[in-house]
Amino acid sequence: MASDAQLLIIGNGCAGTELAFSVRAGGWSGPITLIGDEPHEPYHRPPLSKAYLMGAVQQDALSLRGTAAYATAQITSLARHRAVAIHRGRAQVELEDGRHLAYDHLVLALGGRPRPLPFMVQLSGQAPRNLHYLRTHDDALAIRDSLRPNHCLVIIGAGYIGLEVAAAAIKSGMQVVVLEAGPRVLGRVVAAPVAAFYEALHRSAGVDIRTSVQVQSFESAEDGSITAVVCADGTRLRTDLVVAGIGLLPNAELAAQAGLDVDDGILVDAQLCTNDPAIMAIGDCARWFSPLYQRSVRVESVPNALEQARKVAALLCAKVPRIDAAPWFWSDQYDISLKTVGLSQGYDRLVIRGEPHAKDFSAFYLLGRRILAVDTVNRALEFNLCKPVIAQALEVDIEALADDSVPLKSIFATHAPAALALTPHSGS
Amino acid sequence: MPNAIFVLPDGERKNVQVAVGTHLMRAAVDHGIHEIVGDCGGSAACATCHVYVEEQWLHRLPAPSDTEDQLLEGTASPRQANSRLSCQLKMTDALDGIVVEVAPEQW
Repeated sequence: MASDAQLLIIGNGCAGTELAFSVRAGGWSGPITLIGDEPHEPYHRPPLSKAYLMGAVQQDALSLRGTAAYATAQITSLARHRAVAIHRGRAQVELEDGRHLAYDHLVLALGGRPRPLPFMVQLSGQAPRNLHYLRTHDDALAIRDSLRPNHCLVIIGAGYIGLEVAAAAIKSGMQVVVLEAGPRVLGRVVAAPVAAFYEALHRSAGVDIRTSVQVQSFESAEDGSITAVVCADGTRLRTDLVVAGIGLLPNAELAAQAGLDVDDGILVDAQLCTNDPAIMAIGDCARWFSPLYQRSVRVESVPNALEQARKVAALLCAKVPRIDAAPWFWSDQYDISLKTVGLSQGYDRLVIRGEPHAKDFSAFYLLGRRILAVDTVNRALEFNLCKPVIAQALEVDIEALADDSVPLKSIFATHAPAALALTPHSGS
Repeated sequence: MPNAIFVLPDGERKNVQVAVGTHLMRAAVDHGIHEIVGDCGGSAACATCHVYVEEQWLHRLPAPSDTEDQLLEGTASPRQANSRLSCQLKMTDALDGIVVEVAPEQW
């Protein structure tokens, strides 16, 4: 595309960075500027709660691209730059340092931030030095430096972040307690049998998991550091370190202040466009109407962020994007590789295929004969097979699903031949 | 430092120096080989760093893990006998000069 149009991307997480490179590879010839407010060049977040926390991955392996790649692709990467306002009338973004950057197309890849503990929000002053959330590289470094054998760690929230941190910490020899307000772990995302599997997994590793526990407050030392976690039932847990993982808040304020439509995320249409045709939004911060699920969704996952980045790259280069893939996600804990595809909300039947006790199973979330979503545990093959079936909302023989002696491939081949014929087909 | 040669889908050959112990996916991404995607950063989760290893080098590589083997069943370009995920291929002195063809479709 021979054009001098300026593309400005706010947010240099995986969505923004992938967009910058994909749009250039797709033929965008104008200037590309990528802004991020962290003091690091763009990096992979998923290892932060997994291998990086255990010291198994070094810092240089975190970077999304080598430094030279930005120059080669003629991408201006500005780390340590915070955007403070979007002036839509004159198509400029104002930075904290007072500079104004002009744009022809603006893409918001703002991500999200950890939801703060409710009882800490009202408190003023410095956050306790031994209370951590986990979103950024610096967060992970702070936690990693605090993992010491025989020290106590209390994790608040048994979502993916909390459980991954628990797995890493227990391997470091910490004494780990996980406190979950809901009745089971991973309550917002998986069905009861999958939750039970993960609870048993962590308990067998030595993690003390307590559900239906409301954390009420902290006890602190004179220097402000937390010495104990106090629960609503009066339980008091002495601790050296606290990590809270109770969800993500989308960074939508910049958009809202600029008059863009926002509702738990920046609202975009099927082309990822906001109510301003010059401004798009992608990744954790974007909410859109999913044709596949026929409802408004906001998906917090790396593959979704990358998918949307590539879609926007295609659209900006006046190419036809590929058909949307089903959202997917992965989590590594101990020797367990969970890969999940689809969104399970609204399912009316659950089918377990395989053997949870053998750490080898899949959980299918069904609505009628349609697979809405599947959690695969150490079954990457079934994950792969399910991706197109779920993305195309195909109907399958759900009775056969439960029979692990019948290969999934043959079940899908019989009842959904279109699924296996249609492998994802698009250039990167 | 040993070299790896990436043959891109358009036929271009890119010679890249790879430190011993570094995975080929990492080296490709660091050198701006956009044709190798590496969505998951090397966690063996996504199968977007698919390469075809030139025959003569194949037997010098450790066999794929069960996870890699399963992921290779779902690659965007068809799996062949010499298919590997480059995030699982660690450079060694013995692999100096290895030639891998980058699969044309990665996602």
